[in-house]
Amino acid sequence: MITLAHVLTLSAILFALSVAGIFLNRKNVILLLMCIELMLLAVNFNFIAFSRFLGNIDGQVFVFFILTVAAAESAIGLAILVVLFRERRSINVEDLNTMQG
Amino acid sequence: MFVEILFYAFAAVLVVSGFGVILSRNPVHSALFLVLAFFTSAAIWLLMEAEFLAIVLVLVYVGAVMVLFLFVVMMIDVNIEELRKGFTRYAPLGGIIAIVMVAEIFNVIWVKRLGQQAITGSPPMPVDYSNTKALGAILYTKYVYPFEIAAVILLVAIVAAIVLTMRRRTGLKLQNIARQVAVRRSDRVRIVKVESEKSP
Repeated sequence: MITLAHVLTLSAILFALSVAGIFLNRKNVILLLMCIELMLLAVNFNFIAFSRFLGNIDGQVFVFFILTVAAAESAIGLAILVVLFRERRSINVEDLNTMQG
Repeated sequence: MFVEILFYAFAAVLVVSGFGVILSRNPVHSALFLVLAFFTSAAIWLLMEAEFLAIVLVLVYVGAVMVLFLFVVMMIDVNIEELRKGFTRYAPLGGIIAIVMVAEIFNVIWVKRLGQQAITGSPPMPVDYSNTKALGAILYTKYVYPFEIAAVILLVAIVAAIVLTMRRRTGLKLQNIARQVAVRRSDRVRIVKVESEKSP
């Protein structure tokens, strides 16, 4: 039988994978954005699981809002990325040091 | 039993596609693995009776956000080798942190079983239960103000994305509407008296 613990473990594995992905691909802004999407997916898994096993639908409403904010975040992030690439011809995080004092 | 087999199969595909996202050489492959991850997550959400959100995940994420990602990945031309420098240098650190995180959460969930005595699970919903209807009923009553704020956030995202990526090209010939409207008859029309020629 699938219990709450199984789903929480799956979401923990997914979250840890995306944290490792941020460490591995820390130069590539596109992959950083993708890892953030994967992290938010893992968080949504927790909400859905608790909503299911507590029999309370409020958790699904939160998933709805997280999806909204994540879509807005990725749209703005990709827009910034396109502008950045137009200015610098590069998406390397280490090139983003204009605001260093 | 059938549900367990489905859950484990989808979970395996999900974890493998997660590895694919973070380890792929090509960002396009990463994006496609992320699409696979979203699809399998939608399947698992269906198993957990969140039907509306599963469909929304496929429609909004796979249909819109990932297409946007793929569009940007393919539009900009990046030097992948330059970006993968130091990949192996930080791999052990990332792996250790991931393993420690999983071990901690595993300890909380399976060894200590914190708070799970209270959660024994609720029975499956009846056949005529509509997840979409229930979600809509709560979203438009109890959560109506957050819903409005979510709409404003989306509007802000639209405006921000357009403003960020809009650029004025120099040397483009454009109408100046204000000057067109403000023009007077006297600026443009000149009455010229032309003497009529006399017939010889």
